[in-house]
Amino acid sequence: MKTDGEVWVYIQRQGQEIAEASLEIFSKGKDLAKQLAVPVAAVVLGDEVQPFAETMSRYGAHKVYLLQAPQLEQYTTLPQARAITRLVKQYQPAIFLLAATPQGRDLAPRLASALGVGLTADCTDLRIGTYVDPKTKQKHANLLLQIRPAWGGNLIATIVNPETRPQMATVREGIMRLPEQQNSGTAEIITIQSGVSSEDLTPRIIGQRITERRVNLKQAKIIVSGGAGVGTKEKFHLIHQLAQVLGAEVGATRAAIDAGFIDHDHQVGQTGTTVRPKLYIACGISGTIQHLAGMEESGKILAINTDAEAPIFSVAHYGIVGDLHEVIPALMRLYKTQRP
Amino acid sequence: MNYQIIVLVKQVPDTKAISSKAMNPDGTLNRSALPAIFNPEDLHALEAGLQLRERYGGIVTVITMGPPSAAEVLRESLYRGADEVILLTDRHFAGSDTLATSYILSRAISKTGHYDIILCGRQAIDGNTAQVGPQVAEKLGLPQITSVEEIVQIDSGKISAWKGVERGKELLEVPLPAVLTVVDTASKPRPPSAKKIMRFKKAKAPGEATPEEAQALKDRGLLIREWNAEQIGADLSRCGVQGSPTKVQKIKKVVLKAKDIKQYAATDESLAQLLQELIQEHTFD
Ligand SMILES: Cc1cc2nc3c(=O)[nH]c(=O)nc-3n(C[C@H](O)[C@H](O)[C@H](O)COP(=O)(O)OP(=O)(O)OC[C@H]3O[C@@H](n4cnc5c(N)ncnc54)[C@H](O)[C@@H]3O)c2cc1C
Ligand SMILES: Nc1ncnc2c1ncn2[C@@H]1O[C@H](COP(=O)(O)O)[C@@H](O)[C@H]1O
Repeated sequence: MKTDGEVWVYIQRQGQEIAEASLEIFSKGKDLAKQLAVPVAAVVLGDEVQPFAETMSRYGAHKVYLLQAPQLEQYTTLPQARAITRLVKQYQPAIFLLAATPQGRDLAPRLASALGVGLTADCTDLRIGTYVDPKTKQKHANLLLQIRPAWGGNLIATIVNPETRPQMATVREGIMRLPEQQNSGTAEIITIQSGVSSEDLTPRIIGQRITERRVNLKQAKIIVSGGAGVGTKEKFHLIHQLAQVLGAEVGATRAAIDAGFIDHDHQVGQTGTTVRPKLYIACGISGTIQHLAGMEESGKILAINTDAEAPIFSVAHYGIVGDLHEVIPALMRLYKTQRP
Repeated sequence: MNYQIIVLVKQVPDTKAISSKAMNPDGTLNRSALPAIFNPEDLHALEAGLQLRERYGGIVTVITMGPPSAAEVLRESLYRGADEVILLTDRHFAGSDTLATSYILSRAISKTGHYDIILCGRQAIDGNTAQVGPQVAEKLGLPQITSVEEIVQIDSGKISAWKGVERGKELLEVPLPAVLTVVDTASKPRPPSAKKIMRFKKAKAPGEATPEEAQALKDRGLLIREWNAEQIGADLSRCGVQGSPTKVQKIKKVVLKAKDIKQYAATDESLAQLLQELIQEHTFD
């Protein structure tokens, strides 16, 4: 088995921009490549993609693969999957990472299935390590350890692909740091004119509805989140009010969303957004593992809950055991008088 | 038209009820230790299939791969209106990862002969991988639409559907046959029908019955069709543990790390103190 292949990161585009999730993963890919002493490469698809090569070079890519064809400019599954499958077969990277965005999770399983390799979904961490096969006792060094929550977030599993290459994983957004851009870079640029046949199979995008993200949880410095404990949709207004007073964004648990207090864009957690604000205020939230998975890394966590035993208090920095319907109005009143 | 609609459904452990006792040392799941349910998004996939049948005509065939007890989700599918159900079961299938699962499912789909639309849930709540749908599509060489929120129509051999993407929705159109994976905001699954429960509650898979019982059920049309590896012509090296490139290296229970929490009483004085502390730490700047 070849162990010295490159580390590849698929660069997801948002028009002429690079998706932040891809940059985060690139930064992780760079670390992994450094540990393995192999090059890190970015893979970009589209029509006129030269500018992306320069950008990725400044982010520290050793190589940039540009797959060019007009049909690749806008993401559709089949043409992209076919073009990338050919590229992987030709260059045989050791590791191939994609963002666990809707697009990444549409594309990655197609690639893994076509290549006949393993794929681990939605990893929260990646490391390099050794795996000993429990049956054969064979030792595999320098493997990609793919770490992810399993069984509804109750367990953390480490998955490896000892036999197949590339080792593929999709990686969750919002859990890795963004890389730093240098003034210049020295990446080797490999441009491939990708022959995409205009097959009938090519899906057509015949409509688009852009919902402007009104909720920007990822960038928020302060988040006020409400859970089932808020009680009703009317009472959820308190959460909006506190958020407004503090200049914060509003988050919610799945229970609050399921109960119809607020819409799905606001969900924080394993199946929602992963956030790391400076301050996270959890109101009427019990702190299930699925919710904690999305907010544990917040700078400071303040929990308001009537139940002193609620698990949220085990991750909180500040705790108020009390009824949120009394505590929140008091906090707003006091904040207005104390604010510098 | 007479569309052949295939729905892939999975029986999953109810992840709300999981503890580490339910894990085997090799990282696989001891399913018997947990209540098993119909994977939630697969109910939406089934509903989408039933609605297509109502709009355009056709046959809805539900397929699941699992142990004989997974026949329960097939019975539930019959209660909700499926026309045909097939259980894929074989000890060689045990321990399959998504690659092996999609191989087995695609072999079974091929064996059904003709198919127009394959519906899956977007993801199963045990692994949350969302990989099996696209992997089946690749194995069968079909186009896919993932995360479908609404199927719009079938017209001139093409199906169109709204799917959720990063910044909103996209309306995609692909030629049939195609694979669609459905999310839980798609239309609400209908409840089981009382009449159908009466009719199918005795249905069993051969693995759940004694041979005599099976014969009797067969005569009454209540024996669930079951296929093993050989019957779907599966290459055993691509099934189960052997056919699964991903291995679990280790499993760890999530342990919450206790922090030095500062408690504040719900009094004005105490809350004012808390705010003062946050202000001094520049939390609101
Ligand atoms: C596969 C899967 C994925 C999931 N993904 C997510 C996810 O991404 N995000 C998510 O949030 N959940 C997710 N969940 C759901 C999760 O398991 C919980 O159901 C949910 O997080 C519970 O939300 P909650 O804390 O608001 O509700 P509860 O657990 O019902 O807690 C309500 C809390 O409010 C407190 N309370 C009640 N009244 C008051 C009051 N007057 N004042 C103060 N406190 C009060 C109670 O003491 C209690 O602790 C997922 C579940 C599954 C199975
Ligand atoms: N064992 C199985 N039998 C039938 N369908 C399955 C099986 N595993 C997964 N699927 C289908 O694939 C979807 C995605 O599963 P997963 O990739 O495991 O998240 C599910 O919602 C099902 O529709």
